[in-house]
Amino acid sequence: MKRKIVLPGSVVGDMKSKKPGRGTFREGDTIYAAQLGILNDRGTYVSVIPLSGVYDPHAGDTVIGVVQETLRNAWMVDINAPYPAFLNVENVPWRVESGETAKFIQVDDVIIVTITGVDESRSIDLSMKCRSCRKVEGGTILDIQPSKVPRVIGKNSSMLSVLKQHTKCWMFVGQNGRIWIKGEEDNVNTLINAIRIIERESHTVGLTQRITKLLGG
Amino acid sequence: MLIKDGIRMDGRKPDELRPIKIEAGVLHRAQGSCYLEWGGNKVMAAVYGPREAIPRHIQHPLKAVINARYNMVPFSVSDRKRPGPDRRSVEISKVTSEALEHVVFTGLFPRTMIDVCIEVLGAEAGTRCAGLTAAAVALADAGIPMRDLPVACAAGKIDGTVVLDLAGDEDCEGEADMPIAIAPRTEEILLMQMDGHMTYQEFEEALELALKGCREVSKLQKEALLRKYETKNEVAP
Repeated sequence: MKRKIVLPGSVVGDMKSKKPGRGTFREGDTIYAAQLGILNDRGTYVSVIPLSGVYDPHAGDTVIGVVQETLRNAWMVDINAPYPAFLNVENVPWRVESGETAKFIQVDDVIIVTITGVDESRSIDLSMKCRSCRKVEGGTILDIQPSKVPRVIGKNSSMLSVLKQHTKCWMFVGQNGRIWIKGEEDNVNTLINAIRIIERESHTVGLTQRITKLLGG
Repeated sequence: MLIKDGIRMDGRKPDELRPIKIEAGVLHRAQGSCYLEWGGNKVMAAVYGPREAIPRHIQHPLKAVINARYNMVPFSVSDRKRPGPDRRSVEISKVTSEALEHVVFTGLFPRTMIDVCIEVLGAEAGTRCAGLTAAAVALADAGIPMRDLPVACAAGKIDGTVVLDLAGDEDCEGEADMPIAIAPRTEEILLMQMDGHMTYQEFEEALELALKGCREVSKLQKEALLRKYETKNEVAP
């Protein structure tokens, strides 16, 4: 299968047969790519899957955040987005008295949170009231490009299960491009290596097979 | 004597560009980057962001601020250049920011800024064109949504002849220099400056020539971006 790479301003379709999706824009009857990425024109929408770029927060994403500041009734969390994110005391599974936020989560703590909403002014609300949300203890945090996250997870988490199975590590992939890994040192290093390969070759086909082979499967 | 029998000092014809080499994605710590060689010009451009705009008073509630910074390193010219911003580099930074603002979808990232750093490592006339061309490639490499991939090129007049892409001495001793930047798809003009004098006809001729130059450079920009991914694109499973 040939993947077509498009550049900003290249024609990707027309309004008669397609609708403009993510990463595209229309001018008159023509649809153009807005970003450098892989063209996806299956279905009624034509969209561009970006190959690079910052994390664009969306409600429902589960991300890994680093606490930047404890406020009276909230924590300010860095989730690798261009905007600050807030975790209100009402959205944590514990009962926190006003002014006692630092007793539960301190500055520099790493937490897994979900985004509950992004409003017009792009301020982000977070919540820890879900099953996978928790404070992370130990392990390593790896940063990858947020646009490569879907490849690390794979279709129906195929890549993720390959990685977990062959390296016997605990791992959690945040939508914002942060990956938490915990395991034996050698295994962690192998895993980091594999993730770096995925990141570098994310736009190629047959990646899962190659990674399986690399990890000795 | 800058032009003799229709051949310029460096052997080019009046409508010929200097050799250009563009490479995308050369810096690992930047979101997007580009290294460009255009004749004797050597330019490195890097893009960071969109990120929180600091200081906060420069934030715009509805759009991203593009903060281009053009800088010449002290060893880029034959006489050492005093480091730091000067009148000229502040001007070039400003016009570059404004040119890029017209193609980037700034409305998608309110309250942020996009930093575009343009470092001139070697200069030989036409650095603002080289800088803007490199910045455009770096922006695309950074995955910033844009209407088009801007491109710049200069035309001017030497010894009474309208020529494309002035090199070192032609710029110093020529009669006019006119850099322009365009959005190649629509051929909208994003930047136009001129020093020296040209008649109206000469101006028209120079503009046409510069547009032709831009189209050629635009092709090289696109090739450079595709080349970055092409090499690894079709690996057999």
